[in-house]
Amino acid sequence: MTNTNAPAQRSGGLRDLSKMFGGSTSGLRQFGILGALVLIIVIFQILTGGKTLDPGNVINIVRANAYVLILAIGMVMVIVAGHIDLSVGSVAAFSNIVTVMLLKSVDSAWQVSDDGGAVTKGILMSLLAIGIAVAIGALVGAWHGFWVAYVGVPAFIVTLAGMLIFRGANQFVGRSTPQTVPDYLGYIGGGYIPDFPPYFPFSNGTVILGLIAAAAVIWNELRMRRRQREMGAVMAPGWVSAVKVVLLVLVIALATYLFATGRPGTSFPIPGIILVLLVLAYSFITNNTVTGRHIYAVGGNWHAAELSGVNIKRTNFFVMMNMSVLASLAGIVFVSRSLATGPGDGTGWELDAIAAVFIGGAAVSGGIGTVIGSIIGGLVIAVLNNGLQLMSVSSDQVQIIKGLVLLVAVALDVLSKRTGGRSLLARFRRPGGDFAALDRPDVPPAENSAEASSRPKSTVPNP
Amino acid sequence: MPPSAPAILEMRGITKRFPGVIALDNVNLTVRAGEIHAICGENGAGKSTLMKVLSGVYPHGTYEGDIVYNGETVEFSGIKQSEAAGIVIIHQELALIPELSIMENIFLGNEPRRRGGRGAIDWRAAHQTAVELLARVGLTDDPDTKIKSIGVGKQQLVEIAKALNKNVKLLILDEPTAALNESDSRHLLDLLRGLRSRGITSIMISHKLNEIEAIADSITIIRDGHTIETLDVAAGGVDEDRIIRGMVGRTLENRFPAHDGSSIGEVFFEVRDWTVRHPLDPERLVAKSSSFTVRRGEVVGFAGLMGAGRTELAMSIFGQSYGTKIAGKVFLDGQEITINNVEDAIQHGIAYVSEDRKALGLNLLDDIKTSIVSAKLSKISTKRTGSINAYKEHAVADEYRKSLRIKTPTVDEGVSKLSGGNQQKVVLAKWMFTDPRLLILDEPTRGIDVGAKTEIYQIIRRLAESGAGVILISSELPELLGVADRIYTIFEGRITDELPASVADPETLMKSMTSNRRKEVVS
Repeated sequence: MTNTNAPAQRSGGLRDLSKMFGGSTSGLRQFGILGALVLIIVIFQILTGGKTLDPGNVINIVRANAYVLILAIGMVMVIVAGHIDLSVGSVAAFSNIVTVMLLKSVDSAWQVSDDGGAVTKGILMSLLAIGIAVAIGALVGAWHGFWVAYVGVPAFIVTLAGMLIFRGANQFVGRSTPQTVPDYLGYIGGGYIPDFPPYFPFSNGTVILGLIAAAAVIWNELRMRRRQREMGAVMAPGWVSAVKVVLLVLVIALATYLFATGRPGTSFPIPGIILVLLVLAYSFITNNTVTGRHIYAVGGNWHAAELSGVNIKRTNFFVMMNMSVLASLAGIVFVSRSLATGPGDGTGWELDAIAAVFIGGAAVSGGIGTVIGSIIGGLVIAVLNNGLQLMSVSSDQVQIIKGLVLLVAVALDVLSKRTGGRSLLARFRRPGGDFAALDRPDVPPAENSAEASSRPKSTVPNP
Repeated sequence: MPPSAPAILEMRGITKRFPGVIALDNVNLTVRAGEIHAICGENGAGKSTLMKVLSGVYPHGTYEGDIVYNGETVEFSGIKQSEAAGIVIIHQELALIPELSIMENIFLGNEPRRRGGRGAIDWRAAHQTAVELLARVGLTDDPDTKIKSIGVGKQQLVEIAKALNKNVKLLILDEPTAALNESDSRHLLDLLRGLRSRGITSIMISHKLNEIEAIADSITIIRDGHTIETLDVAAGGVDEDRIIRGMVGRTLENRFPAHDGSSIGEVFFEVRDWTVRHPLDPERLVAKSSSFTVRRGEVVGFAGLMGAGRTELAMSIFGQSYGTKIAGKVFLDGQEITINNVEDAIQHGIAYVSEDRKALGLNLLDDIKTSIVSAKLSKISTKRTGSINAYKEHAVADEYRKSLRIKTPTVDEGVSKLSGGNQQKVVLAKWMFTDPRLLILDEPTRGIDVGAKTEIYQIIRRLAESGAGVILISSELPELLGVADRIYTIFEGRITDELPASVADPETLMKSMTSNRRKEVVS
């Protein structure tokens, strides 16, 4: 107990690069999932003869999956807090039907004569629709939150009941008949970033968005380094920052190219914008705020959290309520693309969202998981679905493959934890493995994580 | 047991490597048949690893060196094989299933079955054997009692009964008395002596040096993965100081920091007529109209046996985190305050370090810096958005790493990777970060090694000297006598005595901890 000198800090190397994605263990895991996503994209790009990364297809993937990814944001928070939500599909369906019916009654009372008036009305009614959906989601979520947080019924049961209750309520309110949705809502789920004169052979709105994103990445990195210097923190070498920025800018450039060069009239989809805004906001909440800390604390060890002054009830109430709000938003994004709502809306959504979260590295027992990871997990499923469809694989086989991917992804995660992060190759070299890493009080001798830690966990800019 | 008794076990040149770490380096251990052999060493010295090598948890081939057992070289590939050879290990965290009965636990994995071991479980035979086994370990409980409804002391005995059922020849106990109170510990040690007289060899890992001194025939000391020496107790000249010197490689001149009471100020915290009822059984009083005071800069000891209501008293004051129908008054600086939850308690400057750091003190998924700031996030976040300043967080945590000498390269390591003593320092840092005026420490040195204990005593004294009041709850009387300024004794939920540490001795304390008669207050 006399030696308190930390081992000498070594700097540079691959570690620094992997730290780009967060630095912590969960960061490393996200790194792995991201690698899997890239691999899947490359494989399908080859198997489909280039159809996967065709601009039209990429735009289509975003439009068709935005709702699942929105659900995954809420679901990862629920799962991190140690709960589950089985009701999201039913909640979305219930919220849809009520929103659409309320909207229609307003609609018939509001007549406009000219085109300009129609545009104004469309925008206002769309905002109204989102407002109603959020309000309904908040009410439903408060219902779930009440039972989970204040009565203490397990969320599995509460939301299983909610799944039945709100599915029934949807069919009761809508009399089990499909309803059409006013056209102007279509912009939320099916619209694109508008172009403006002078027109080019590509979407200038999307290009500008891409430039803004690239500038934000560079600005954020510079700001972070400046801040580290001010605080006297150990900094990553300059080349690491440079490589990180260049990589991110290249990804943004590729995405911009794909979204900007689609069929004329298409560009970056509006549901994608909604998704990006939500991901930024919720990454910030989970990584950088007290509320976020409390969610991880409750999921990691609620006894300890309670004895640290965390209001557990409020935290549980918040995650359950938030989930239903996001479910309602996902519902509105979905119906405004299909322009119809009915008794079957949202069937099976909960399972897609839960699968995305677990593929994204969350732990079943709570306490572990990230928003970014879950989004990547959702994208893995989305690309898989899309690629298999492009290859005309029948839907029965698609389901089997998706099930196996979920199983293998989580199994790899479990195995990597058990061997303390030993690589797959090393495991094959020594089958049976030793399980020493489980209880070894190891202090890896040459870790230089000081520099990573002086960096905030998220890759999202601080406000 | 004659010193010339043959060796039942010889471990020769055991080396065990983990990626990047050599946990055991050429360790030798010789255990003679029929003795009680203690293994001492600081946390992380490699004691548990050595026992895991012996019992086959780390199978043959994952370590270097030879194990000779009963004259034959053995190569266990798993715990099943070592058990078949009569080597049974009882871990610190008991491997019993709370919802199953004593009998079901004893025979778990080893069920007596009909039809030559292939049919259904023969519960009648099991019951009969269970009664016999329980009698051998001195338990009279019904074998059908559920494990969760007996105390931890009896659970330990059930573990031993389970080992006896496996026809144990070499019994390994890892910290068997860590969670036991004094009378349960004594009973367990007596039982080990009884087993010795019946020819069962025991290896015991323990931090309680007085127990080792009392029971062990020989002691092997391990430090930093090396065998330092093997002491023969029968030969004499072995006492606690001698063992400590071997463990830490130096003499701990002053295990307890000096204090003369000069830092003590006036009373600032007072509890009057505090009564707490059991949360599930409101008829049962766990604290009975207890009153006590704490002065500025004072360390107040609470002595009591396990189950006396010390923890319950502390937790009920700390934001009513235990008990129902709590009655009584709390005064801070002469003003009556109400504390309805932990947030209130922290606001008033009260901190509570729980006795169970893994279950109640830490989120083992967290890293060190996240743990340290977790009880007062408001100090490092903005009021308006609640966004956390990651730089401040890191800087604050690093300060504590240095000042409390937390042994880790960086504060980004997960707390689960730390040794017990260092985890406890993280918990202390977490509560020091809340700027406590009153720090309640519940068994702060349980299960941690001598060196770290001394450091924790120094931290406690430093806190007191800076003007905070400290309540120290402990089962170890020497610790209370060495660190506290004043000591209250608790028996069955009632404060039975109060006396300055300078005039107290273990006998008087023990008397008040085990009887209900309140003497005149000496003060």
